[in-house]
Amino acid sequence: MTTVTEHAIGGAVPKQRHGVAATMHDSWVVAKRNLRRMTRIPEIVVFGLMQPVMFVLLFSFVMGGAIQIPGAEASSDTYTQFLMAGIFAQTVTFAVAGASAGIAEDMTKGLVDRFRSLPMARSAVLVGRTLADLVQTAFTLLVLALVAFGVGWRIHEGFLKALGAFGLLLLLGYAFSWIGALIGLSVRSPEAATSAGLIWLFPLTFISNAFVPISSMPGWLQPIAYWNPFSATVQACRDLFGNQVGPVDDVWPMQHATLVSVVWSLIIMAVFSWLSVRKYRSAVG
Amino acid sequence: MAPAIQAENLVKTFGDVRALDGVSLDVPEGTVLGLLGPNGAGKTTTVRVLTTLLRPDSGSAVVAGVDVLKHPNKVRSLIGLSGQYAAVDEYLTGRENLQMVGELYQMSVRDAKARALELLEWFNLTEAADRTAKTYSGGMRRRLDLAAALVVRPPVMFLDEPTTGLDPRNRLALWEVIETLVEQGTTLLLTTQYLEEADRLAHDIAVVDHGKVIARGTADQLKAQIGGERVEVVVHRRDQVSEALAALAPYAKGDPAVEKNTRRITVPVSGGAKVLADVIRELDTRSIEIDDIGLRRPTLDDVFLSLTGHATTAEDAENGGGAGGGTDAGRPGRDKQAVAAGKDA
Repeated sequence: MTTVTEHAIGGAVPKQRHGVAATMHDSWVVAKRNLRRMTRIPEIVVFGLMQPVMFVLLFSFVMGGAIQIPGAEASSDTYTQFLMAGIFAQTVTFAVAGASAGIAEDMTKGLVDRFRSLPMARSAVLVGRTLADLVQTAFTLLVLALVAFGVGWRIHEGFLKALGAFGLLLLLGYAFSWIGALIGLSVRSPEAATSAGLIWLFPLTFISNAFVPISSMPGWLQPIAYWNPFSATVQACRDLFGNQVGPVDDVWPMQHATLVSVVWSLIIMAVFSWLSVRKYRSAVG
Repeated sequence: MAPAIQAENLVKTFGDVRALDGVSLDVPEGTVLGLLGPNGAGKTTTVRVLTTLLRPDSGSAVVAGVDVLKHPNKVRSLIGLSGQYAAVDEYLTGRENLQMVGELYQMSVRDAKARALELLEWFNLTEAADRTAKTYSGGMRRRLDLAAALVVRPPVMFLDEPTTGLDPRNRLALWEVIETLVEQGTTLLLTTQYLEEADRLAHDIAVVDHGKVIARGTADQLKAQIGGERVEVVVHRRDQVSEALAALAPYAKGDPAVEKNTRRITVPVSGGAKVLADVIRELDTRSIEIDDIGLRRPTLDDVFLSLTGHATTAEDAENGGGAGGGTDAGRPGRDKQAVAAGKDA
């Protein structure tokens, strides 16, 4: 090892950032790190893509002909139009698993001690993680939209509204990745975090308007499905894509789907980011 | 000189375990304190408290003149920490790891880049700079981790078992780096299980057990307390034992012990490997045939046996709960490490 003596003590004093600027800067540094990791482990991105693509193909070709959408003939093409908003929304919520596994992994490695011993914003580790997941989700959505286009899905309300729909989806995905962060902090083993991150998403995404019309569900289940935050986003996307088949169900959350979707996402984000940051501060003991 | 690290009566309990039971210590500026103790003694917990990773139940600590409990973030900008397991991101390259740490120390991107380059060079990682840390050997990772702790040239450094699990060559290389840092004025708190390491690097040693500092002094003082090094010779022929004793006499610093049946002679000496070489030469000159010879140094086990009456095979509480996967390799054996002394050097 070469000995270089000019590495003397008392070098440049680092500049001090405060408050929001510090948090944003540090979060961005951590997000860059997570995005780099993703390019080094492309399997994660690839497998993250395969699941929704498989769902699109299976649902539209296998089940499409059998599912009756009110106000339309049961046909595979009609169902594809109906289905896509549901698949998009399911895809963004599945980002939960990535966030929970990633954070659980970080917590089990010594790296988190490095972060905690640095003069950086406490929340940056989590914000950086969720931001990186958001980028991955956006990429997945883009690929998925192209596949959907391939199987006949179309938008009918113009480009801007479609962009708005994707905005709603990303907002929901970002809110859900904070749920994933909390799970990752609570579970503390990457394997457990992956299953814990996914398991509750199945009832959540299936008790909704994503794959079948809510009116076909038993009466006691319908209010739950209508008020499901997930249903609101799906309905809002159908409206904005122009994929609504027949009339929108005459219940308040479906009639005001965009508003309900945004409010739900903001509530989830606020609650779970607060819980996660609190948990992170006290987690490593 | 004012202490750069000062801890006063630190207490920390995890459930029923009193990990720290009133630890007090001070490290004068520009010196090295070796915190010596077995697994579970409280070494890592002490470091975690002093580096703001853990809040003690009671007690106080000041690092580089800043109160650790009141201004943790200020302390963080003045310290460097390198732990037992290399805290680097294995999917980032060496360069990216160091640059990230620099940016998180609030350096500008350009400064962080330049500093990363400097450190890579210093730690002989330039060639591996653009490979992911996953491909690094254990020694390289440890070097990268130490480099990360040096990004801002911190005035106070904490090294938690920096060489545990490293092979002798890498251990020696790290020791050289650490010595350079100290020469440049860094105040250092170093935890170790190896007496030899504390002996070489630390000005002062604090022996920790069951969350308490049970002895404090220079390496020589502690060694004097537990007895110094000894040469052990096993003579091949029984009728040469007395001649071997005569050959050893000039080097003896005390009464030799002789086990007739095993033809083993143990003589207290001082002077380390050089004495061993002299003894071997002397025995050779007198044509005394030997089966085995070695320099036995007091080990951590000896320190513990003499200070506490129990061996170092204590409970492993310290590494159990937290970030798993600590390496526990290579505690020096009690027996003669030193026929191999030449290999280490």
